[in-house]
Amino acid sequence: MVSVAIFDYGAGNIFSLKNSLEKVGATVDVITNFDNENTYSGLLLPGVGNFDPAMNSIRNFSKIQFKEYVENMPVLGICLGMEMFFEKSEEGKEKGLNVIEGEVIVLPSSSMKVPHMGWNNLEIKKPGKILEGVENDSWVYFVHSYRVKPESNDIITAESDYGIKVPAVVEHDNFYGTQFHPEKSSTVGKIMLKNFLKECKK
Amino acid sequence: MTLTKRIIPCLDVKNGRVVKGLNFESIKDAGDPVELAEKYSNEGADELVFLDITASDEQRKTIKDLVRKVASVIDIPFTVGGGVKSLEDARNILLNGADKVGINTGAIKNPKIITELMELFGRQCVVVAVDVKRNYNIDDSKNIFTENDKSFWFEVFIYGGKEGTGLDVIDWVKDAEKLGAGEILLTSIDKDGTKDGYDILLTKNVVDSVTIPVIASGGCGKPDDMIDVFKESNVDAALAASIFHYQTHGVNGVKSYLKNRGIPVRL
Repeated sequence: MVSVAIFDYGAGNIFSLKNSLEKVGATVDVITNFDNENTYSGLLLPGVGNFDPAMNSIRNFSKIQFKEYVENMPVLGICLGMEMFFEKSEEGKEKGLNVIEGEVIVLPSSSMKVPHMGWNNLEIKKPGKILEGVENDSWVYFVHSYRVKPESNDIITAESDYGIKVPAVVEHDNFYGTQFHPEKSSTVGKIMLKNFLKECKK
Repeated sequence: MTLTKRIIPCLDVKNGRVVKGLNFESIKDAGDPVELAEKYSNEGADELVFLDITASDEQRKTIKDLVRKVASVIDIPFTVGGGVKSLEDARNILLNGADKVGINTGAIKNPKIITELMELFGRQCVVVAVDVKRNYNIDDSKNIFTENDKSFWFEVFIYGGKEGTGLDVIDWVKDAEKLGAGEILLTSIDKDGTKDGYDILLTKNVVDSVTIPVIASGGCGKPDDMIDVFKESNVDAALAASIFHYQTHGVNGVKSYLKNRGIPVRL
């Protein structure tokens, strides 16, 4: 059994993520601050909520800071959770976690509908740990109004086409991010959560 | 490739059972909500919508258990609506495992709730459900349409289609988008339960009035009805109940049929 924690910003459905992780063999705790000793093998930043309130909840209620807490532990950021890895976001005024260089920008609403909501396919750019065993063109479920714009495109392992190329999976050191929701992406999502747990076990 | 059109089975739930009516009335039993949810999810549904049409608030409290049960058996997104009046109602639904909350009468009575929900949970969680009926009493302040030589405007109804609001749907959906809605679930009361096809004129005009996704609902009796609404409007998703509940068509069968006729769907 691998033990992981989900950070709850208090703003939405984390039940589905917890449930999906348990189905692929994790024991899951839900935490709301970093004050207790870190006994976990991995951390998940879920994809529900708004940038500023979520950043405030992750930054303001703990004695120790995010980077100090996670050190080299694998972290999976989903949707908003992945966006928080970056320096800043057009969704809010707060600074991001700043563990990946780059920013988060709003999707262009001139040509396409925003939010980008529904099933779209993955164009795999390069092999990655999260994507192991995932076929090119697999369907995953997106629901977002912002996208990440990393300083270096090298960290993007998969994209999706929504008029523009949307970075769909990023991997940088121990930080893994998906713009879509693996916990809502049926069987292919489960493969990716399993892959993340595999990293946590290492 | 790009974003696919979503096919969404809808489950109207009354006192813990799935039911189906005609023009919002004459209710028939159609099965257990958790079993049906699992079946549709396995068959390839893109999303599910649950509408709790239980009459009293007291009985409606059971929705929390239902949401939990459904969330633990499916791994696709689902929306829960019906009787949502307050932030607390919405919170109860979202924190128990639903991905989106549908709000209808509650949003008309208190439009600010759309903004409050958006600020707390994000725009993507907020589905504004709108029930619409053609009104043939012409009022020049409304958006007037003509079909088969008859002129009418599209009026928003509340309380499960029982009460007219005098609001023009085109004005209401634009306001809802400005207030923070992430999606519109658009139901034609005239078409609901008729199996006569979606109200395409209504759907097209609502889709063209907003930039957020719209789900067409009411009237689907066969897969060709979905093809018509997708070909004749830029709608994002089609919702249906009876064609799935009574086993006339499996979800996968419907989606293959659509794909063969040029509609992009996930298979």
